[in-house]
This record gives sequence, C-alpha cells and structure tokens, in this order.
Amino acid sequence: MDKKVVIIDYGLGNLYSIAQACNHVGFSPVITSNKEEIINADSVILPGVGAFKIAMNHLLELDLVPVIRDFAKSGKPLMGICLGMQLLFDESEEFGMNKGLGLIPGVIKRFPEKVNDKKMKIPHIGWNRLINAGCNWANTPLREISEMEFMYFVHSYYAEPLIQSDILTYTNYQEFKYCSSVQNENIFGFQFHPEKSGETGLSIYKYFLDRKS
Amino acid sequence: MKTVRIIPRLDIKGPNLVKGIHLEGLRVLGKPSDFAKYYYEHGADELMFMDVVASLYDRNSLHDIISETAKSIFIPITVGGGIRSLQDINTMLRAGADKIAINTAAIKNPLFIKEASEEFGSSTIVITIEAIKDLDGKYYAFTDNGREQTGIEVIDWAKKAEQLGCGELVITSVDNEGTGSGFDLELIRAVANSVSIPVIAHGGAGTKRHVEELLDSEIVDAVSLASVLHYDTIKNLTSNWENSTEGNIDFILSGRSFSKFAPFNLISLKEHLHSKEIYCR
Repeated sequence: MDKKVVIIDYGLGNLYSIAQACNHVGFSPVITSNKEEIINADSVILPGVGAFKIAMNHLLELDLVPVIRDFAKSGKPLMGICLGMQLLFDESEEFGMNKGLGLIPGVIKRFPEKVNDKKMKIPHIGWNRLINAGCNWANTPLREISEMEFMYFVHSYYAEPLIQSDILTYTNYQEFKYCSSVQNENIFGFQFHPEKSGETGLSIYKYFLDRKS
Repeated sequence: MKTVRIIPRLDIKGPNLVKGIHLEGLRVLGKPSDFAKYYYEHGADELMFMDVVASLYDRNSLHDIISETAKSIFIPITVGGGIRSLQDINTMLRAGADKIAINTAAIKNPLFIKEASEEFGSSTIVITIEAIKDLDGKYYAFTDNGREQTGIEVIDWAKKAEQLGCGELVITSVDNEGTGSGFDLELIRAVANSVSIPVIAHGGAGTKRHVEELLDSEIVDAVSLASVLHYDTIKNLTSNWENSTEGNIDFILSGRSFSKFAPFNLISLKEHLHSKEIYCR
C-alpha cells in the first residue's frame, strides 16, 4: 500500500522543491492544509521559509496548530524543514517573543552580531557541515549521511534545544556552533534543506518517509 | 572554516542558453537543461538562471525551463529577469525556484524589495546590481543588461537594498562581463565592505587563477561563473541544435575557440581551490 505523505501548505515554504524531493525517492506527496488529510497521513512534512511570527499566524488562521500537535502525539513521523523545524519549538525571539508549536522544548534565537570580535554574516547562506552531536544516526533519517557531510543552509535564526539528547547534529558557522538537527522520538527537525543538498540530502527524505514512527 | 559557493549562471533568451560580452551580443550556446544537469552532476553549489531579454520585451520564458529543471536538480535555484510583481515571484517559486533575483523592478520601485522580502522571506530575495564605472571614477547601477543608466551610485544602492530587506546581492561588473579579463576587485570589495549580507561576485572570470584571487582575498564567499564554464561544457555536450528556433547559432556551429579564456570544469576548479586552502563543498 502506498504511504500517504502530506506536505502542509500554509502559504509559506518551498513546497514544490520538497514535493519534487519526495517524488524523486518514490513517494507521491499531497500538498494540503486540510485537517483530515493531515491527521490521517502516514507521515507529515512541515516546510517553511520566512518569518516565524508570520508562519505561526498562518498556522493559527488555518487552525492547523491542534492538528499538528495531535499528529505529533499519534507517534507517526513528523519532520520540520528550516523554519518548519523552528516552529516545532516553544518560542522564538524573532520580532519579539512568539509562541511556537511547543513539540520540542527550547527556543529560537538570532545569530549573534559578532563572534570572537568578528562580525557575522547574516543570513547564513551556503553549504556547511553536519557534526555528530554524539548520538547514533543509524535509526534516524541521517543513517546514510557521513560525519561532516555538507548540507545547504539558509537562515538567520537557530534553535537552542533545552534537552541535550534531542540534538542530532551541530553545525559551525563562523566559529559559532549551533544545533542543526533535532529528534524527539517521532519528531524530526532539520535546519538545512535536504531537498537542496544534492543526492545525499535526498537520502534524508527517503529514510524519513520509510519510517513508521 | 568558511566554505565558498560556486554558482554557474545561465543566461536565457527564449528557449536557449546564450552568452554575450558586456551583457550584449548574445550568442546561442545550447539547451539550458543540458547545461544545468551537467553543472549539477559536476558539483555546482547553486544555479542561477537569468532571462536576459525579459525586461526588454516584457516577457518571461523561464517558467517552463525552471519547472523542468527543478524535477531533477536538487540544489538551490535562483531565477531572475523581468520579475516585476509579487505574483511574478510566487509563480517562479511555484515553478521550483528557491530565490528570486530582481534588478529593474527594484530600481523603479525600491519598496518592492521590502514588500517581497516581507512576503517571501529575506533569504528568498536577491538583488542584482549591474555596475558600470563612469568617467568620474564612480560606479553606477544600470538596468536592462547595462543599457539604462539609473544615475544611482552602486554603493548607495547596495546599502539601501540591504536596509530594505534583501538577503543577498549579486554584483556584476558589466565592464568585465564576458571578457575573461578577471574580476573588478575594486568594485566587488567596495560593495562587500559596505553591507553585511552575502555578496556574489559576477563578471570577468577567464581563468581558475581569477577565481582563486577573488576568493582568496576573502572579500566575498560566492562567485557566479558563466562563459568560463560554458566554453568548457559546450565541448562535452552533444546537444540537438535542430530544436533551436531563435537566436544566432553560427557561433556554436563554427566551433571557434575563445582566446582570452582558459575554460575549466567545476570539479577541476574545486580541486584547484582546495589546493590553495579555499574550501567548498
């Protein structure tokens, strides 16, 4: 039986690139904001490009917040990409404090202006490495990824998880080390864009969509 | 450690990949999708597609090329040329673009940058600046492929574009573009020093050494290359020219060489940069 993959459409994010990535690894995703479709999906992808507050407002207007929380509780796999990862957290300091989905404990912060007296270039745009946070990737969508693999990043804010064991990878940007992917049981978040990171990035979609939980 | 980005730039006219000199005198080089695929497979970090005649003729033929490309190419794609409205941006994003490059429409209405970056996110909006050095020694921004003088100084415009929320700048030296004579480091340094967003240098690369000089100076962390890659690629592609319905294809058929250029492929460029301790993916 074909798996039902849903990409949540709330008016933001590179839905089409993500859909192409799913197609490429053998799944036919549905792009939708329909609550029934989301809750009945086998796996759900939460995309996102842009500002945290605007994104949360869109989710609230479409009344999708409870549905995403319910889906997360169901134990089926949920994956947030880029801003979609940030939305999984409790809150963000982007344009004042704003509440997130609260599925992973922690906050979203802006990159500091300076690190070791050197001015940071923000946004962080480009290819950067994944550093293992000391866990085994074998049972995660990262299973085919080698340590220090390059992925494509575009962001000005980063996640600071409260619970150390939720951190899957770190990334170093201009000597500033931050969390670049998280896992809390069936919930995954990737700050980079696996769908824009060549063939290796696509393997993340393959293993995420293959999961049952 | 810092990693630099190498971004092949594909200038599009109608259905064809074209290349000119100083953004003019366009010659057909082949099918955009063939070149795009070749660059993706050879380790391009991003791709940039520019419809070089769109603002002149008020048309945009890129849509179909992008939606076709996005099905099989999984690196970031920037699209520009003739983007005039939020609707145009949305259409291109839905076709599979990740970033949108704007020049003319932003010069005509700078607030368009603000509207666009608020709507789609700063990192989606790239401002391209076509710079020409005037007799007074200052650089001015041009539109319509270096044809229309705006009277706006490049540095002022770069700062303003950043303030209005764009996420990246592409700075093209029209004087050097297509010549293979090297980058205008003075121009690029001046722009990069005046903003804190990423700057992509474009125009002038003729050899690996040119790219090395630019990136070694750490002025910018991304470079956009066209002729110097295309002239190598064209030798390695067997394309079907019968499909070419418009444009001057005499150049490809002539099989002429390119005196000022020492064309190279992406893999050998990256190996060269790596040997000079300039790191890329």
